[in-house]
This record gives sequence, C-alpha cells and structure tokens, in this order.
Amino acid sequence: MNSLQQSFSTAFSLVLSGDAALWAIIGRSLAVSGLATLLGFAAGAVLGSWLAVSRFAGRGAVIALLNAMLSLPSVVVGLLVYLLLSRSGPLGFLGWLFSFKAMVLAQTILVLPIVAAWVRQALEDADLRHGEQISAMGAGRGMRGLLLLLDERFVLLTIFIAAFGRAIAEVGAVMIVGGNIDGFTRVMTTAIALETSKGDLPLALGLGLVLMLIVVGLNALVALIKGWRERREAFAL
Amino acid sequence: MTAPVLLSLKEVNKLHGRVQALQGVNFSIAQGEAVALVGANGSGKSTLLRLMQGLLKPTEGSIYQADLKRQAFVFQKPWMLRTTVLANVALAAWLRGQRWADARQAAATALQQVDLADLAQRPARTLSGGQQQRLAVARACVSQPQLLLLDEPTASLAPASKRELEQLMASFKSQGMTLVFASHNLGQVKRLASRVIALDQGRISFDGSTQDFFETLLPDFANRTAAFLMDGAM
Repeated sequence: MNSLQQSFSTAFSLVLSGDAALWAIIGRSLAVSGLATLLGFAAGAVLGSWLAVSRFAGRGAVIALLNAMLSLPSVVVGLLVYLLLSRSGPLGFLGWLFSFKAMVLAQTILVLPIVAAWVRQALEDADLRHGEQISAMGAGRGMRGLLLLLDERFVLLTIFIAAFGRAIAEVGAVMIVGGNIDGFTRVMTTAIALETSKGDLPLALGLGLVLMLIVVGLNALVALIKGWRERREAFAL
Repeated sequence: MTAPVLLSLKEVNKLHGRVQALQGVNFSIAQGEAVALVGANGSGKSTLLRLMQGLLKPTEGSIYQADLKRQAFVFQKPWMLRTTVLANVALAAWLRGQRWADARQAAATALQQVDLADLAQRPARTLSGGQQQRLAVARACVSQPQLLLLDEPTASLAPASKRELEQLMASFKSQGMTLVFASHNLGQVKRLASRVIALDQGRISFDGSTQDFFETLLPDFANRTAAFLMDGAM
C-alpha cells in the first residue's frame, strides 16, 4: 500500500472511529461558521433588501462597493479584524483577539457583503417585476422590501447555504484572528493547513474529507430545494 | 344633488424619459360612475391609471384623491405572493389597516364573492389565469374600496373567464362601487361603462357619456384607431 492509500485509509478510520480531537475541530468549525453565517445573513438581508427598494444619492456607488466586496480576500478581512481587535485597536478593550468570538466576527464580516449583494440583486429584480403590485396593495417602501424578502425565501435559502459554504471553507481570516490554538480556536481549515505542513496527512485528509462532505452536502441540499420548489410551482409558470 | 368627487386631475402631464405619455389631462371622477378609458396601444391608458392610483407621480399638474386608502387597483397580469389564496387576500386587508384575524375573515368573504372559497388553501400561483384574475379582484376589493381601477383586466383571459370577470364588475357597479377601467373591448365598454374617456397620443380626445361615444363620435374615433376597433368589437 503506498503512502497516499495509507493516508486515506487512516483518514477514514479516524472519521469513522469518532476520534475526539477530530470531531472537536469539526464541531468548532460548524459553530463558528454557522453563527457567523446567521449574523452575517441577518444583517446582509436587511441591508440588501433596503438597497433593493430605496433610492438615494450615491446608491450606485454603494452597490458598486458592495459588489467589489464579493471578491474580498479572507486574509484581508482577517487582517482588518486583527487590527480592530488588537490591544491598540479601537475594539482592543473587548479582549477578543485569538478567541472564538474573533473568528465569528471575521467570518460575519466576510459573508455580510456577499449576502447583501446577492439579496439586493434578487430583490431588485423582483421589485422591478412586481413591486408596483405590492405598492398597489397599500404597502410602503419598507413593507415592500419585507414582502419581497418573504416571497423570495427560496432564493434566500440558497444564498444562506452559499454564504455558509464560503465561511466554512475559508482559512485566512480565522487563521489570523483565531491563531489556530489547539483545543481553543483550531478549526477544520486551519487544522488542515497545519497538519499538512507538519506532514500528518491522515488527520489533514480526514478533516478534508469531512469538509468536502459538508460542501457537497450543502450543494445537494440547494439542488433538492430547487427541485422541490420547481415541482411545487410547476403549474404556476 | 351632485355625487362627491373621488378623484380629480388638473393639467396633468407625464413624461417617460423624453416620451410625452400624457399631456394636459383634466377630468374628475364622481362617486358611482363607471368610466371606461379607451384608446390605441400606447395612448396613455395604463400611465393614466397608475397616476390615479399614486403609483406614478405626474411630471406637471396635480391629482386629488379623496381617500387613497379606499382605492384599489387590478393589473392586467396579476402577480400573487408565494402563499395561499386566502393569505394573499388577507394580506391586502392587513396592509390597509385591519387586524390579522379580521383580515382573514374579510378575505374569506371576498373569496366567496369571486367564487374562489373552495380554493382558499391552495398556493395562489397554482391557479389558472382566469382564477388568478378573480383572486386579484378579491384582493383589491377585500377592503371595500369606493374606487376600483382596472387596467385591461380581461385582456389576457379566455372567453369564459372574461365573462365571469365582467359579471363581477357589473355586480360591483350595481352595488354602487365606482369603476374606472381601461379596455380595448368596445362591447365590454358598452355593457359596463356610463362614461367614456378616449385617449389619443396622451391627450383626451373624448370625454362624455357612453351613448354619445357610440352614437356620434365612434366613427371618427374608429377611423383614427382602426386597429383598436378590430381588436375589441366583440
């Protein structure tokens, strides 16, 4: 058996045996990214829906900036949050650097513009098509945004899952603000980077397998939701 | 005693970019009238109705609405929220200020009026075109508006659905509701309207009784808008 096969075999054994260290890292990853996605989604959906239905001077510039932030490198977000949370930074008094909270904050900042930009685009298109009819029912601008948000809930679900995928797969931000401290801030991506550099391929592969399963599972979930929605609305098209 | 004015337009102009959609429009709508807006495609009927409902602002001129909360609008192609038939109607009542429990009750009554009570729990988007148009009428009427605006409500419906919707409009008219509807269907105009306002390239070319329109002015009007006549003669 060559070393690659051996590594895969050991990785499967680790995953299936319920290795405590490995599952602690997986649990922490899910908690950090899940919480960050929830927070980023809540703020991003509000910002995106507001941008979709509002008209103000400089709106175009705000949207252009938001779209530019879609490709924000996670290490840059990590660096910015590091500067914010470092002892001499404006939020240094919180004492969050190299903690779970710092990682959640960094990933929230990472997913927020993604959610806001996608929600803005989805709702603005819907508003162009149907906003007039909602207004004719007596809804003001805020209520129109809220109703469009509710009506586009399947799109929102897809955006949520995509944002979670972005959060759980990133390594730069959590590495910088979390510090990859064993048993404390080590998550799947930082652990994979560390174990690979140490040459401990089975653990890195085991974590990589779980990460892949999560990402594939999320995409399968999106496809299932899309299929279910299309079947449900087949007669309405 | 004259009926109270529900809506009035004074010297209304509307520009869509560089296109003059409406020019120098003046008229009032009194309670109990059934007014048909006629004219060729692009003559400004839909723009005028949207201005009347407050969905557009005039470029110049002024619009008086007695009570915007008691106006409702039915679109040519209605769009339903992704929820049940009942919730779509109840939501419209709730947005007009009713409590949710009352709104649901009012929605159930409105659905009975349009003969959709049996489909109350169905997803609204699974209804047929004709059913969705009746649902749109229920949604518009759930708060008992005094003025109902309809933008070519039967234009995209099958003949049977057209007849059903026309019957509904006739019943609203007989109940004293004020109707303003855009139509290409002259038969429908003759059956439902007490007054006709004809638009020609954004200007009012006729404003008078339905009888005068058909007896004296229709031939001249028809010569200028032959396509519209062909479309709506039945």
